[in-house]
Amino acid sequence: MNPLDVVKAGALLFLVAIVQVSLLSNVDVFGGMPNLLLVTIVSVALLRGSIFGAAGGFFGGLLVDTANLETLGLTSLVLTVGGYWIGRYGETTGRDRTHAPFVSVAVVTVLYAVGVLVLHFLLADPVSARRILVESLVPTVALNLILTAPVYWVVTKLLPPVDWRERAGEVRLLG
Amino acid sequence: MIGLVVMSLALITVSFRESASGPLHGVQDSGAAAMKPFEVAANRVARPFRDAYNWFDGLTTARSENKQLKAEVERLRQQYATAQTAQNENATLKRLLRYERGASFPGDFRAVNASVIARGAADVQQRVTVSAGSKQGVRVNDPVVTTDGLVGRVTRVAKGLARVTLLTDATSAVAASDLRTKAYGLVQHGPGGGAELVFSRVSKEKVVRPGDFVVTAGTQLASLPDIYPRGILIGRVTSVYQNNVDEFKHIQVTPFADFSSLDSVAILVPLDRK
Repeated sequence: MNPLDVVKAGALLFLVAIVQVSLLSNVDVFGGMPNLLLVTIVSVALLRGSIFGAAGGFFGGLLVDTANLETLGLTSLVLTVGGYWIGRYGETTGRDRTHAPFVSVAVVTVLYAVGVLVLHFLLADPVSARRILVESLVPTVALNLILTAPVYWVVTKLLPPVDWRERAGEVRLLG
Repeated sequence: MIGLVVMSLALITVSFRESASGPLHGVQDSGAAAMKPFEVAANRVARPFRDAYNWFDGLTTARSENKQLKAEVERLRQQYATAQTAQNENATLKRLLRYERGASFPGDFRAVNASVIARGAADVQQRVTVSAGSKQGVRVNDPVVTTDGLVGRVTRVAKGLARVTLLTDATSAVAASDLRTKAYGLVQHGPGGGAELVFSRVSKEKVVRPGDFVVTAGTQLASLPDIYPRGILIGRVTSVYQNNVDEFKHIQVTPFADFSSLDSVAILVPLDRK
């Protein structure tokens, strides 16, 4: 893990988390809300792998929960799992595929909504499943997909793609 | 990855079970305070753009609003004459009732002004974080207003920050009354989860009409004090419906406060608080 990449990703996620809680959480377009933090974490995870994705998700989620004075760890948990999963996808089948960021953002947006809803239900918070899953999910996915191309481009400039094959430390021939 | 998941679960457990004065909440409060300058800066940078957007957005709705406002001015003019007489009468009655109703009048509060610096995901919970906290005398359950009307109440306090749960949140409910007919009920979030509110538990015998103003009912019994002072504007009745099955009327209320563009709020702090 390159320390410079860690610093760059950390600074980017901090900035994005601030923008998310200060500005974007109040944006309502046809019932949907853009989640810049989620799109950024997915982009970082695709470009730097599962460890980066999981750590980025945890750090980003923690910042959001801290700033909003919400239950700590709630957003972190969902984004950690999402970041790790997309990181694995980026390390394996998703690498070099143009559609990977878009598919990843769409899938993680849906899973994030379901995950947040389930956790809130477990904590006995009164949240509306209809509002989250029916009314706002489709526009939120659309808004996140609109953000994907520019955000992925910016993250690519900051954290240039690595060749995963170069990272293989050992090759075993089977059979 | 497993370590991070376990850490998240531990954080959720401790954060959920611990009291507001616990060590983890203290760490969170310090973290939030450290992030506050960045959030304020982000809001300042974005404000001109947000204002420009609101200005253009306002232009598009101004025409229909103008027509509606003209009709409302005419109606209010007529009400003004009636209200002047009632005001004098009210002043006398208030003096008589103050002893029974306790000290929950807006006059007994001071306003602590605060900026909105962070917002939770609006589709999950309707909460905002504001830049005033225990240092400014704010406590949990203090009412929060804007110049337009009631916004919500404080549900968590840190040193220089407070979390405000908005009136549109599923956990919010305010004892309210129709300003014209004095019909009592409960104002809660609408079923859609948007900005619309519902004025529920209003008996079918009571008369409520579209256009009526709904205000906070305040303390009715000194033994059961309300956290909201009496007479704060909440919203305007937009539709009234009743059927033969339900015991109460179905009343929809549009709030006066614009929850989608909250920039600053005033927290009502009792004057007698030390």
